[in-house]
Amino acid sequence: MLARRIWLYRAFYLMLLPGVLYYIVFKYVPMYGVVIAFKNFNINDGILGSPWADPWNKHFLQFFQSPYFGQLLTNTFLISLYKLAFGVVPPIAMALLLNECRIKWFKSLIQTLTYMPHFLSWVIIYGILLALLSQNSGLVNYWIKDAGGDTVAFLTSTSYFRSILVGSEIWQNLGWGAIIYLAAMAGIDPTLYEASRVDGANRLRMIWHITLPGIRNVIVMLLILRLGHMLDAGFEQIYIMYNIQVYPVADIIDTWVFRTGLQQLNFSLAAAVGLFKAGIGLILVLASNRIAKRWGEGIW
Amino acid sequence: MVRGIEDRLFHGIVIAILVLCGAAAVFPLLYVLSVSLTPFSEVLKNGGFILIPRSITFDAYHKLLTESNLPRAFWVTIYITVVGTALNLAVTVLMAYPLSRKVLPGRSLFLFLVVFTLLFGGGIIPTYLVVKSVGLLNSTWALILPNLVWSFNVLIMKSFFESLPEELFESARMDGAREFRILWQMVLPLSLPVTMTIGLFYAVGHWNEFFQAIMYVTDRSLFPLQVIVRELLVQTQAPLENVENMTPTETLQMASVVMASLPIIIVYPFLQKHFTKGMLLGSIKG
Repeated sequence: MLARRIWLYRAFYLMLLPGVLYYIVFKYVPMYGVVIAFKNFNINDGILGSPWADPWNKHFLQFFQSPYFGQLLTNTFLISLYKLAFGVVPPIAMALLLNECRIKWFKSLIQTLTYMPHFLSWVIIYGILLALLSQNSGLVNYWIKDAGGDTVAFLTSTSYFRSILVGSEIWQNLGWGAIIYLAAMAGIDPTLYEASRVDGANRLRMIWHITLPGIRNVIVMLLILRLGHMLDAGFEQIYIMYNIQVYPVADIIDTWVFRTGLQQLNFSLAAAVGLFKAGIGLILVLASNRIAKRWGEGIW
Repeated sequence: MVRGIEDRLFHGIVIAILVLCGAAAVFPLLYVLSVSLTPFSEVLKNGGFILIPRSITFDAYHKLLTESNLPRAFWVTIYITVVGTALNLAVTVLMAYPLSRKVLPGRSLFLFLVVFTLLFGGGIIPTYLVVKSVGLLNSTWALILPNLVWSFNVLIMKSFFESLPEELFESARMDGAREFRILWQMVLPLSLPVTMTIGLFYAVGHWNEFFQAIMYVTDRSLFPLQVIVRELLVQTQAPLENVENMTPTETLQMASVVMASLPIIIVYPFLQKHFTKGMLLGSIKG
């Protein structure tokens, strides 16, 4: 019976074939490949041929006991946390402002402008940061010099680096992030506003009592989604922007794995750290979905 | 609607803050453009770059186009953007359509296969070893194949296909159309907006390609645009400098930034409404 049904839908399976092949080769074989975290991987012997590590958790132990364990974990969580703490309010504020703006063409102009940085790569944004902040020729340092101050090495100083990461991400995502809230605001029943106007409410009161509660669900949902990715502090952005001077505050699990694994060819140790990260990540995603379900906003 | 003084004042403040936000988005780009166009003699004379250059030179662009790796990198990026996006779309559509048919035996298994990759992955090192053992290192395929399908896009597309009326498929089947033909002649034309949107997401992803290139490619002639631009940015001494015809490092760097972002900035306003639509579609069914 089943065989007949499968034969009946053979065209569908044929369609699925390239995609499934992709998923197996590039997604599921690597999942199997994490066993090298438990082996002493040797590139000539391959994944299967390499000997098991003794004890099996040797590389994990090495990571947990090393001084960079605390540093990497702190950096990863702190950078994520800062991005979360400072990155949530600006797009909401932006959406509120756009929602209150009554000049149509102006509203869409501002939307177009603030939305654009989202499509610029981190390399481009790094270039912009260099133009503004570099110590020798950056615009800001020219201003500081003109004002009689000493130039500041913004991009190579540990005290500014995280602020620059967070700030540039806010700049990149301000307009893009606002769109989803704006859509939610569009769905609010307009009679609520009329009723409150009759009651004599002003604009600020309407925002506080109608608009914000109206998009509460969306805010909570996005927040929870991001909680699930606390360990993805943004590999590409950090890799492009950091330099050896700021490693103490900028190095996250992913950048460290990249350097240790691919540049120092320490595959097993790097894979163990990667697996540790993926494991925590899985727990975070599952936990945040559970919280989301309690709020009635489950993602699956 | 009666607009009192208070209301006008409020609206005025809103407009003012929005103007500031718009300026904050545009100002850095204008400044970068200005740096790339300012002749060195002007900088020496007046000390520092300014927002609107007193005179303009295209020297830096000329140099980048004739004496650097940038033109070649442009071709690599255009190639992976065109070929990559076409393949991305083909495979994504071919996956999403069967997954949207609820009658398909084993559908939930395939869906799980897709969704699980959003939750857990092998990580950087095992993925690298796979790409290496498949023999893709140092080829343009290494920039295309490892990211052939984004699970999230499959899910967006699938939920769009599910929203098409079932009677449509019934009647097409009655008329004797096979599944491939239904997909090509009915489903695709009906879902052109969502296909475009997802194609644009893929295309921007390829244009900004950086991560896979630094992982899998060491052959300089295969470096895409972003990698070359980043190389120019971290160099403090311009590699192309010759004494007779000085172009300062910053000018060259900013010219490369402008060249790498210009294509996106030019096409972006025309595509923006599609992106917005796609974002909304994605938000309805997360």
